[in-house]
Amino acid sequence: MSKALKDIEVDCLLEAIHQHYGYDFHNYAKASLKRRIQGFVSKTGHQQVSELVPKVLHDREFFGDFLHCMSVTVTEMFRDPAMFKELRENVIPTLKTYSRINIWHAGCATGEEVYSMAILLHEEGLLEQARIYATDLNHRSLATAQAAIYPAERMKLYSQNYLNAGGKQAFTDYYWENYDSAKINDFLRHKVTFASHNLCCDQNFAEMHLILCRNVLIYFDKNLQERVLDLFTKGLVPRGFLALGEKETLKFSSSQQQFDSLNDTLKIYRKKRHV
Amino acid sequence: MYDAIVIGVSKGGLQALKTVLGVLPVDFPTPVIIVQHQGEAELGTLATLLNKDLAIELKEADLNENIVGGHVYLSCPGYHLLVEQDKTLALSTDPPLNYSRPSIDVLFESAAEVYQDKLIGIILTGASADGSLGLATIKQYGGLALVQDPSTAEAARMPQAAIEAATIDHVLSLHDIGKFILRICYDNQ
Repeated sequence: MSKALKDIEVDCLLEAIHQHYGYDFHNYAKASLKRRIQGFVSKTGHQQVSELVPKVLHDREFFGDFLHCMSVTVTEMFRDPAMFKELRENVIPTLKTYSRINIWHAGCATGEEVYSMAILLHEEGLLEQARIYATDLNHRSLATAQAAIYPAERMKLYSQNYLNAGGKQAFTDYYWENYDSAKINDFLRHKVTFASHNLCCDQNFAEMHLILCRNVLIYFDKNLQERVLDLFTKGLVPRGFLALGEKETLKFSSSQQQFDSLNDTLKIYRKKRHV
Repeated sequence: MYDAIVIGVSKGGLQALKTVLGVLPVDFPTPVIIVQHQGEAELGTLATLLNKDLAIELKEADLNENIVGGHVYLSCPGYHLLVEQDKTLALSTDPPLNYSRPSIDVLFESAAEVYQDKLIGIILTGASADGSLGLATIKQYGGLALVQDPSTAEAARMPQAAIEAATIDHVLSLHDIGKFILRICYDNQ
């Protein structure tokens, strides 16, 4: 099949979804999006992308499957341990000066990093003052995040990450293992609010002291990256913190001038006092 | 005639890349994009090690980076590396493919769609079958496929799998692959 034809089909599909369901994928980075769409075509036993159009329009459940497939990412607890160590050492001490803090995990996926953050706050004595908002557009990922049950086989890696991130206790204190599952302890969940939120079109909902949005911008094109960074700039308190993924940066963005860089390598930024 | 070169390599990659890239001059006109399977702990070190022995500049791929000649772009551990239609680099944390993230297939297939018959795909030493499907895709788009001679590879499985999966244009030693791309990219200017 010629490339141009496939692109036309992808455009048709995205337009149909946007008009009918309101989900706008037009400003997603195309290479990975097309790969996911192609994967979904094969998985559901279809030949062409255009065959998906009537299915997603008339079958809401099928669209649910599609939506889930479009936003499956795989993360870890304490992914990039150095980043969590930096939060512990150079961000948490500042957050402790507030009586209450709001933290937003934008694009929290299946929640591994949310609970990593909760553990960090707990060990630093800050969990009770905190409210963590964990949002994603993928409802099934949110359900997994809320259930807080992960494959037990992953715990060995997470435990290593936890130690590298400067963990102070035994990592096994934070979950129950049952057969091949590990369930995160309830006390880490009670300060977390899970909600559906779409960075393409939804607005801010509270003033944040720290926003974590890691490995989400990589899926957006430059226009959408700008929109989201502007949203975060407005959503942070003066001197609030923004943590991006290891390969994401404010460089080349118009939001750069509103932030100081706290750690260039680990992509942690701090909003200026006067913006 | 060729606008880009993509290379997939796994076990034994450091030596193999040194040999192939070692012959390229600092102003080599064709951009080279590489997926190297490696452990998370090695972040950054491979680029540092390679740069000591290369004339051409090798760097870890950055998000949204323009793909231009005179540069070798290396994958980052934990991220798939892709090529966008506007010839910039993209990254993803989609699930691993062939037990690998980065996956060679992901790079090769996205690059084939963009560069079509102006792409050279190369599979070097490695102990997995990653890259075979990607190389077949490059051939479907009319690109050129090179594979390291498995009998000369530190790990033969990956080049062997590629030879079985796609119609290969040339099976060569590492040294000859370097000489070949040097010649073909200058002859076609």
